[in-house]
Amino acid sequence: MQPFEYRRAPTLDAALAEARAAATAYIAGGTNLVDYMTLGVLRPQTLVDINHLPQSYAQIDASETRLRLGALVRMSQAEEHPLIRERYPLIRDTLLLAASRQIRNMASLGGNLLQQTRCEYFRGRGFACNRREPGSGCAALEGVNRPHAVLGTSESCIATYPGDFAQALIALDATVEIAGGRGAPRRVPFASLHRLPGDTPHIQHSLAPGELITYIDVPAGPWTRRSRYVKVRDRESYEFALASAAVALQLEGEMVREARVALGGVATVPWRAREAEEVLRGAVLDESLAQRAAAAAFAAAAPRGHNAFKIPLGRETLVRALLEARSMSA
Amino acid sequence: MTHSVAGAGMSRRTFICAAAASTTALPLPAGARAAAARQTAGSSPHGAGLRSVDLRINHQDYALSLDPRTTLLDAIRDHAGLTGTKKGCGHGQCGACTVHVDGQRILACMTFALMNHGREVTTIEGLSEPGGALHPMQQAFIDHDAFQCGYCTPGQIMSAVACVREGHAHSAAQIREYMSGNLCRCAAYPNIVAAVQQAAAPEA
Ligand SMILES: Cc1cc2nc3c(=O)[nH]c(=O)nc-3n(C[C@H](O)[C@H](O)[C@H](O)COP(=O)(O)OP(=O)(O)OC[C@H]3O[C@@H](n4cnc5c(N)ncnc54)[C@H](O)[C@@H]3O)c2cc1C
Ligand code: SF4
Ligand code: FES
Ligand code: FES
Repeated sequence: MQPFEYRRAPTLDAALAEARAAATAYIAGGTNLVDYMTLGVLRPQTLVDINHLPQSYAQIDASETRLRLGALVRMSQAEEHPLIRERYPLIRDTLLLAASRQIRNMASLGGNLLQQTRCEYFRGRGFACNRREPGSGCAALEGVNRPHAVLGTSESCIATYPGDFAQALIALDATVEIAGGRGAPRRVPFASLHRLPGDTPHIQHSLAPGELITYIDVPAGPWTRRSRYVKVRDRESYEFALASAAVALQLEGEMVREARVALGGVATVPWRAREAEEVLRGAVLDESLAQRAAAAAFAAAAPRGHNAFKIPLGRETLVRALLEARSMSA
Repeated sequence: MTHSVAGAGMSRRTFICAAAASTTALPLPAGARAAAARQTAGSSPHGAGLRSVDLRINHQDYALSLDPRTTLLDAIRDHAGLTGTKKGCGHGQCGACTVHVDGQRILACMTFALMNHGREVTTIEGLSEPGGALHPMQQAFIDHDAFQCGYCTPGQIMSAVACVREGHAHSAAQIREYMSGNLCRCAAYPNIVAAVQQAAAPEA
């Protein structure tokens, strides 16, 4: 591992000031960063430890109309919160079904959103990888690409966005608050935080160097209670998604008034499936409607060999999530 | 993980022994061990890039002088000399390194020791009093033969103690889910679940 300087930031201003230096990385739980530093894939020269920022960044503030999550809230802290359990079951599911309890005790919500892909060619330094070394090529295109994405891919990179929590946030129209620039913090829709790989897969999000996520805001909608996450993986627990679906529904009898749909395990970024939402809106939700919505969600999917199974698997996962959300008592 | 500090030609074991000896000597009684640790750290000139880290492990104070790259796991094993905690993968994928920090179970391979400065760490060695009775979870693992090679066992037990304390041991299914972060290559899983159920019973 490359040597680094370690700085503990007691305040937001101190963190931002430290992060002005080049090659600096914030560290929260460390469960992603320490891993990639150990692998030698990430080589920051300075680590700014943000675990000692004021308590407000580690708090959950839930009311009738909204949910505000500090970026330093731990995954396990959020999954245990009674109001999240009651009003945002989708958020709770995405947390509970992720990683292991030990990791969730460490991992922060902010760090979770920015975790690196698990693409083995990115993790292993001996391979061509445009994300790790821009311009070097992509070993996954013709390689073992079973875990790779079928949506949002490019000729430069087909790496899957690995997280679960992000699918809840993109489905529920969350916003993130970001500190770091001059003046007041800026707020951006969560959907614009991550960037499609395009021909610059090494740029994964829209944060400027040194910017820090401080809060995540989730509005309460009439669909947040009837929300559900279904995650399919190679083993039942402690594994990333092969395919997952996040859905939130507002029903009027059998008819769908509003639908929010996001997909995980199959796309390069947190993926909102608006085409599926359009099929659902205003129609009676039965299995055949769910199938049509799922077909729309994957209409633009581009398989690359080993990962072709993700298209039917992803469709079935979404159908199941929709039908399970329909039968929730909300 | 220790390769960056170990000199060329030094085997892993020689290095570990040297590292352990340079901070604390294993055979010392507990109190003396902590004192030795403090003294060594205090008197050693901090070499280039070394940082002092205070850890309280199993109610003993350790004042360590560490390269910032040292994970909490390597600090516990190679510098505090407590080798009960195991390294399986070093990448968060097996749970062998599970310890408690401020009462919560975490993976010691995924955090730098420096980040845990001033915190209270409990390892498998600190679960029961020296010379005292085994912790009920340790006894339950013996009663149910919940291991074969034993390599994953310290992590399993530390995880299981926390699993019960968190209130996540109410059924076999719940235990399987909340213990999923601890892999066992010998596949002693049914026995592990039975052991956790036994130890959880009085508190359920
Ligand atoms: C074996 C294993 C299995 C896993 N399984 C899953 C799974 O199934 N689902 C899932 O979703 N995740 C899974 N994870 C990933 C895990 O959830 C993430 O590693 C964790 O959420 C990252 O959070 P952290 O606080 O530890 O981040 P860190 O490692 O501390 O940081 C991660 C990145 O985010 C940056 N960062 C952190 N906080 C901020 C902030 N506030 N502002 C700006 N930048 C910030 C850091 O600089 C770094 O680049 C798994 C991990 C492992 C090791
Ligand atoms: S898919 Fe992306 S991350 Fe994986 S090897 Fe190709 S460029 Fe690198
Ligand atoms: S050694 Fe820490 S999880 Fe495997
Ligand atoms: S007992 Fe051998 S790995 Fe679990």
